[in-house]
Amino acid sequence: MNGRTDCLASADPGNPNDLVIEAGRANAHYWRDLWRYRDLLGFLTLRDIRVRYKQTVLGVGWALIQPIVTTGIFTFVFGKLAGMSPGGVPYPLLVLAGLLPWQLFSAALSGSSASLISNSNLISKVYFPRLIIPLSSLGVAAIDFLVVLGLYVATSAWFGRIPTWHWALLPLFIALALLLAFGAGIWFTALTVKYRDFRYIVPFMLQVGVFLSPIGYSTGTVPSWRPLLDANPITGIIDAFRWCLLSDGQPFDVRGTACSLLISLVLTFSGLWYFRKMERTFADMI
Amino acid sequence: MATDTVITVESLSKLYVLGHQTRVDTLRDQLTRRFRSFGDALRGKGTAGKPVDEFWALKDVSFEVRRGDVLGVVGRNGAGKSTLLKILSRITEPTNGTVRIRGRLASLLEVGTGFHPELSGRENVYLNGAILGMRRVEIDRKFDEIVAFSEVERFLDTPVKYYSSGMYVRLAFAIAAHLESEILVVDEVLAVGDAQFQKKCLNKVSEVTKSEGRTVLFVSHNSAALQGICTSGILLSQGKLVGQGPIGECLGTYLKTGSQRAEFAAPPHGKPYISSVSVDPAALAAGRIQVDVGFRSPFPLSPPVVGIILSSKFGQPISGSNGRMTAETFKPAPARSGIVSAHLDNVPLHSDTFLISVYLGDAAMDYDQKLDVIQFDYVSPRFYPQLPPLQIIGPADFPWRWGFKAD
Repeated sequence: MNGRTDCLASADPGNPNDLVIEAGRANAHYWRDLWRYRDLLGFLTLRDIRVRYKQTVLGVGWALIQPIVTTGIFTFVFGKLAGMSPGGVPYPLLVLAGLLPWQLFSAALSGSSASLISNSNLISKVYFPRLIIPLSSLGVAAIDFLVVLGLYVATSAWFGRIPTWHWALLPLFIALALLLAFGAGIWFTALTVKYRDFRYIVPFMLQVGVFLSPIGYSTGTVPSWRPLLDANPITGIIDAFRWCLLSDGQPFDVRGTACSLLISLVLTFSGLWYFRKMERTFADMI
Repeated sequence: MATDTVITVESLSKLYVLGHQTRVDTLRDQLTRRFRSFGDALRGKGTAGKPVDEFWALKDVSFEVRRGDVLGVVGRNGAGKSTLLKILSRITEPTNGTVRIRGRLASLLEVGTGFHPELSGRENVYLNGAILGMRRVEIDRKFDEIVAFSEVERFLDTPVKYYSSGMYVRLAFAIAAHLESEILVVDEVLAVGDAQFQKKCLNKVSEVTKSEGRTVLFVSHNSAALQGICTSGILLSQGKLVGQGPIGECLGTYLKTGSQRAEFAAPPHGKPYISSVSVDPAALAAGRIQVDVGFRSPFPLSPPVVGIILSSKFGQPISGSNGRMTAETFKPAPARSGIVSAHLDNVPLHSDTFLISVYLGDAAMDYDQKLDVIQFDYVSPRFYPQLPPLQIIGPADFPWRWGFKAD
């Protein structure tokens, strides 16, 4: 048997398409396959975006309505009713700057958490690196985010504010929000394949998260609650977004951002480990 | 191992665990299970004895496929054909055993996987192509060819939800037919679509095999299709490999080993009933049809009359007969039980799947009926290389004679 294997190997040593399938054997070409299927990532993202707005009158307008309404409500509740201080920034801008990363994160997380289940027809019929599926949900969230970012730029200009060099660092924090959502998303989506409970857990977490994250108010106004807020990895990202976009004189919160980065990395690496471990059984369980 | 071997399968097994681990496992189940086993451990009880339903979908299957082979995978539902293809396609992992594959393997387990009804034909070509493993540039290059093959040019920018099922299948198969791969795995996809297009697909499959030396693994219930395009076959039964060789032999063994038999218990009200129906496998393998109908009755049936109807796989009746029709020549003595056999020696049928319905009665009335109770594959001893699709000409093969008179 070994002799035959050697013969196979020596006959055509360099063919990258040769493949051995065995129980428990990790796919040696996984990351190369992932790269090879990158076009699929694009098409799946495109599919979800196209499909979402087919046969709607407002189309992409729907991506704007939610943040506009939420900004209005939060400005009213926190700015007017609770009378919280925006720290020298128009209150709607403060809210919108916090809403941006939150929406990016929550759309990416809820999308990627549900992604495997909603693509179960693909998983049971075709092979491709399954990581493509949650990744494509990140793509969808990122594109919606760009629309809302456009809204922010317009609002900011309307309030007569001029962008500073801080804006140039925004892509880093966008990446950080996506990384955090990806790390948590691959955990949840792999868990959902086995335990459907997570279909209910994730939306609930996000619902609660809106209030536990400093979206409607600035962290500077609630110093005594700081330790609690810091336990939430989104806080660091929201603060970083505000630092970038508002330039309101608040110092950059290195500790909070580093904390978010650390949590994101831990979630991502452990999530990748769990996802890869479970991936080979997805088709049997889904 | 010969250098032209492209697939080596060695003692491949796949175990599915049923029962406790239901498909939707909730967290609560796990927690209660953990909790219980913890409690059992405290009380000194083991949990090892828990009944778990295990099911070997494949067991110790080994075979080799050579470059350019068109291998037909033959077997009944549940024989392990789909599991085998899923393992080869890397969708699911084997429990034991090894598969070695040389070259790029593309699999087509379903027509139009990932097609989205809201997207246009054009968008779906790209999406489905990418799902099947094509790069964007590859699809760009073949786009016109795919569209021409599919014959849906005019509707390219229409959402596929408005397509007829025929157009849908044509477009989907056109994409798959243009995959560049050394090995193609096809599961039962030709069972759908209109007859002309099926023919075109079969031609395409044989064309690529001959010209490009492509290896094809082909699962179908259509024995005619298997016989027409496959060079060799493997026969699976209950997860085990029970036959291997030329496709004709495999199909023959398949029909011989099959248990085309159904049995029935007595009905509650004590009336005459059909106790068993079977299609004799030995007769089938010899190209004849013999249907045996067992019956039981609380009173003697005078005489026992059995009726049978042979239908196409779509349930269209082809031919029927019963003992009342033929009372002149066949009139058994009154009986409470027995087996009535219906024989057909020169079978005017093409290779296809057929259904049998049976009736039981006496001279006066019918007492029991079993509709479409047996499904069996008939393999015709006559082979026509240019056989049109059966959807066009029908499954009956009457012995037509031709004449010609020159002007």
